[in-house]
Amino acid sequence: MSDYTSKIKEISERLLKEEKVEIIIGFRKGTVPMMNEPCFVKTPEDVKELVWDSNCGINLANYLTGRKEKIAIIAKGCDSRNIVTHIIENKIKREQLLIIGVPCKGMIDKNKITSMFENEIMEVSEDKENITVKGEGFEKTLNKNDVLQENCKICVHRNPVIYDELAADLIDEQKVDRYEDVRKIEAMSPEEKWSYFDDLLSPCIRCYACRNACPLCYCPTCFVDESMPQWVGKSIDPVDTRTFHLLRAYHCAGRCTDCGACERACPMGIKVRLFTKKLEKDCLELYGWQAGLSLNERPPLDTYRPDDPEDFIK
Amino acid sequence: MRFITIDKNSWANGLENLYGNYRLFGPVKNNNQHFFKELAKGELPDFNYLNTRLSPKSLVFPQTEIMFEFSLDENDEQHHILKEINKDYSPRALIGIRPCDAASFMLVKRNFDTPEYKDNYWLHAYESTIFAGLACDNPCNTCFCTSAGCGPFHEDGLDLLLVDEGDKFIVKILTPKGDNFINSAGWETEADPTASEKIIAEMQIKAEEKIASSVSTDKLKNKSTIKLYDGTFWDDIAFACINCGTCTYVCPTCWCFDIQDEVTRNSGIRIRNWDSCMYPLFTLHGTGYNPRNTKMQRVRQRFMHKLKYYVDKYGDGIQCVGCGRCIRLCPVNIDIRKVCDIMNNYEG
Repeated sequence: MSDYTSKIKEISERLLKEEKVEIIIGFRKGTVPMMNEPCFVKTPEDVKELVWDSNCGINLANYLTGRKEKIAIIAKGCDSRNIVTHIIENKIKREQLLIIGVPCKGMIDKNKITSMFENEIMEVSEDKENITVKGEGFEKTLNKNDVLQENCKICVHRNPVIYDELAADLIDEQKVDRYEDVRKIEAMSPEEKWSYFDDLLSPCIRCYACRNACPLCYCPTCFVDESMPQWVGKSIDPVDTRTFHLLRAYHCAGRCTDCGACERACPMGIKVRLFTKKLEKDCLELYGWQAGLSLNERPPLDTYRPDDPEDFIK
Repeated sequence: MRFITIDKNSWANGLENLYGNYRLFGPVKNNNQHFFKELAKGELPDFNYLNTRLSPKSLVFPQTEIMFEFSLDENDEQHHILKEINKDYSPRALIGIRPCDAASFMLVKRNFDTPEYKDNYWLHAYESTIFAGLACDNPCNTCFCTSAGCGPFHEDGLDLLLVDEGDKFIVKILTPKGDNFINSAGWETEADPTASEKIIAEMQIKAEEKIASSVSTDKLKNKSTIKLYDGTFWDDIAFACINCGTCTYVCPTCWCFDIQDEVTRNSGIRIRNWDSCMYPLFTLHGTGYNPRNTKMQRVRQRFMHKLKYYVDKYGDGIQCVGCGRCIRLCPVNIDIRKVCDIMNNYEG
């Protein structure tokens, strides 16, 4: 990954020196293992802060919303798809952006790795395909592919779909079955589904980290924050918590790129992607649609085509 | 000071004896994370943990708490009258609470128990609770309690302190409430105070040496509030923030709440919910004006409150016990240790 970092620094320094952009949005090294912090850099001297490794799971498109300056943004596959979505939804202009594309080999799953060890993890380092985890009295090397975030494991758009510069050569895309987990839930009876989702959401503390980490959630006032009328209660009543999660997911239908930022952000380790993924699968099956692949096509839920499926009308 | 030892073989028996007299709460593992929960009869707290995912503050200050109920049915004689809700304030014990979390209740008490205002919901719950602490001999790498006015063997806010010594606990009994609790359990093996103090002091030194991180707070009090407020570093600190409520909800010392009425048909409840200064709604005025309309303003508020306003108002250090939860759980790695050091050393 160090070659990615040096290339990113080199491009960023050049863009700032040549005054092509005013600000670079990227990551700097985190203060705890398996975490990096989204940051901005405005001068060539500060470019040294930028890093790239397998802990850059936060979706940087989230930091573009409504910005006015000329921006260079570091974008892995999913970030680039959300940048496309942002441009289509008029949240940023293409002309404002210089996209530094990063062919992505996947981000590691902090929760999963943490749960593999009894003792606290003090240090995590990586070298190509290996992740080395150290703590008091243990050191273990893991194969990176075994500890990827769930969404990265099944990612089919690792390369950026839109870019102006590249931090590395493009890589081969994976051919995988993306929806095994969704099919399992689809096969459940309504009662089973109900109790499955109840269990899934029971740890939720309504902190909205899932919503706020999501580049799609930029409404000036979210429906859960409306007070006239107040659509949803604000307590941790399971009905209100359920309503929040289900409606949030529906708002993302046809727009979600399965970047996994929501799931990564959740402090309680809830697999919130299971909601959005079902809708993503539906959009693929009903409309042949994958979000954020092209600047020239409107999303299926804001256009009408005569051959749109209408089987749901009974 | 009274000391006793509890042979671990008699641990379960003692808890059994306590069961009818106290509601027992302790750390329990669920999905690889520990949480405080009410223990069923025969259920033991799991002490094999670093710290719980969420702080135990919700046991005294629930995330959602019903304050009143009311009827809107005008045929009901008592309509539109707020009525108190019956609550269970019977004795309860938090078993195995870490010293940092226990100390946090003392900080929060400053807000809920003042000469002018007493928050009866918080106070009743607090007063009905025994805090049976578990000394921390294996701190996390994000713990900085020793520089936040606290420590792994800190006693503030505790009624007794359990120190794990292999096949037994040494117990330092700190208050009459703690004494009653121990007696009610039937644990009665007295220990020599001098020898126990010595063992505990040695373990305490070892534990404190393990705490690898710290914050500097010495200059905060003398800093100009305005200069810190206008500091040039806030944009950099706030950039990553997504304005979720994680840091405030997992924090044992964040005490803000919001009051809401929820009505279904003709009856309703008045509830209070945790609120968070990270949310735009927290400061939104009825006029539509929002004095903290930007993310930077909200991030600044959180840190200024904990590390400057509180310091100035109470003159007793920062509003933080160094548990490190906000550092571990922030989705974007905003680290209060870094912010505290920047503020403490800022010469703008």
